[in-house]
Amino acid sequence: MIDPIHQFHLNKIFTIGHIGNQEIAFTNSSAYMLLAVVLIAVMMLAAGRALVPGRFQSVVELSYEFVANTIRTSAGSHGMTFFPLVFSLFMFIFVSNIVGIIPYTFTVSSHIIVTFALALLVFLTVIIYGFYKNGLKFFKLFVPSGIPAVILPLVVVIEIISFFSRPISHSVRLFANMLAGHVTLKVFASFVTMLGALGFVGKVGALLPLGLTVALTGLELMVAFLQAYVFTILTCIYLNDAIHPGH
Amino acid sequence: MAESHGEAKGTASAHTEADGGHGFPPFSKETFPSQIVSLVIAFVALYVIVSRVALPKVGAVIDARQKAIDGDLADAQRLKDESEAAMKAYETELATARARAQAIGAETRDKLAASSDAERKALEDSLAAKLAAAEKSIATTRATAMSNVRGIASDAASAIVQQLTGKAPAAKTVEAAVDASLKGTA
Repeated sequence: MIDPIHQFHLNKIFTIGHIGNQEIAFTNSSAYMLLAVVLIAVMMLAAGRALVPGRFQSVVELSYEFVANTIRTSAGSHGMTFFPLVFSLFMFIFVSNIVGIIPYTFTVSSHIIVTFALALLVFLTVIIYGFYKNGLKFFKLFVPSGIPAVILPLVVVIEIISFFSRPISHSVRLFANMLAGHVTLKVFASFVTMLGALGFVGKVGALLPLGLTVALTGLELMVAFLQAYVFTILTCIYLNDAIHPGH
Repeated sequence: MAESHGEAKGTASAHTEADGGHGFPPFSKETFPSQIVSLVIAFVALYVIVSRVALPKVGAVIDARQKAIDGDLADAQRLKDESEAAMKAYETELATARARAQAIGAETRDKLAASSDAERKALEDSLAAKLAAAEKSIATTRATAMSNVRGIASDAASAIVQQLTGKAPAAKTVEAAVDASLKGTA
């Protein structure tokens, strides 16, 4: 059976430099990250400026309005301060996920270190901006109002734990979804080739996993968008905490 | 998805795999620094492009469209207001004109009625005068006729008496008899 994990391997293309003893390599992952950046940049910058937009311009404006509305609804109009950050996150994850569905490509977000770094970026932004904007009032985040004094210490402990587990849940959700989806796709796709090698009966039998692979690809397309959206909306909700720390 | 990176490895056999090809790639820590550096470079580049160029550009296009729509709506509203104002002015004018026409009509009617009244009155007056004159002349004529009747009657009576008696009666007696008979019949 073909190794379903193989698609997640990093292949060094060239060495960028060294930090201490650690070699910093330009890998296939780096290439796909840059590809995502280039795709987004080309898409955003090549879009026309027509008063009545064409298809391509509509897609660009739709993504703009979509992210802007997501921020406005979950973090208020003040959240628009973070529009470039949230937009970058959404488009980066969305485009890498979509590119990753194309066979023979690499999925940047299937590596936990990438999703964790992005989640940590959001986490640190929330903490730094929260203290910068609210000062010590930011600690109100851990003390919900209207809680009886008896159970307040317990609630505060729970709030603190949930706050600090955010980057983990935030990153693992995206990583696990992309990883599991791609492994499943690969497994079903490898059934097709295995059965196909068994002659006529095998070829007929291979139709089932083939159909499943097609269906799963459709599902993965949805997951690719949905996980990018989930990551984005969670980012907005966390940023909302930094902007309005009182519950 | 099958054979995805097997092929990539085949064509680029000089490349060594960063994780040595063993273990679960997403958890092989030796690849983390490379990925983080790549991610930082890529994401910073993306952030700069998005925040400095892409979003302002798309936002400006959307704003311009919103402004154009708002401007068009405002123009439409202004034109509508203008047309309504014109309609109102027309209606006021029409009402004024109608009122004036009515006033002129009433005035004319009053004037005509007054003049016709005056004419009728003059006519009635002249008719009444004529009537009075006629009545007066009738009365005069009648009085004259009556006095003539008395003369004729007394003449006839004295003639009849002369024929019957052969001698003329005294004029005074005849006149008194005629008066008494006229008084009795009249």
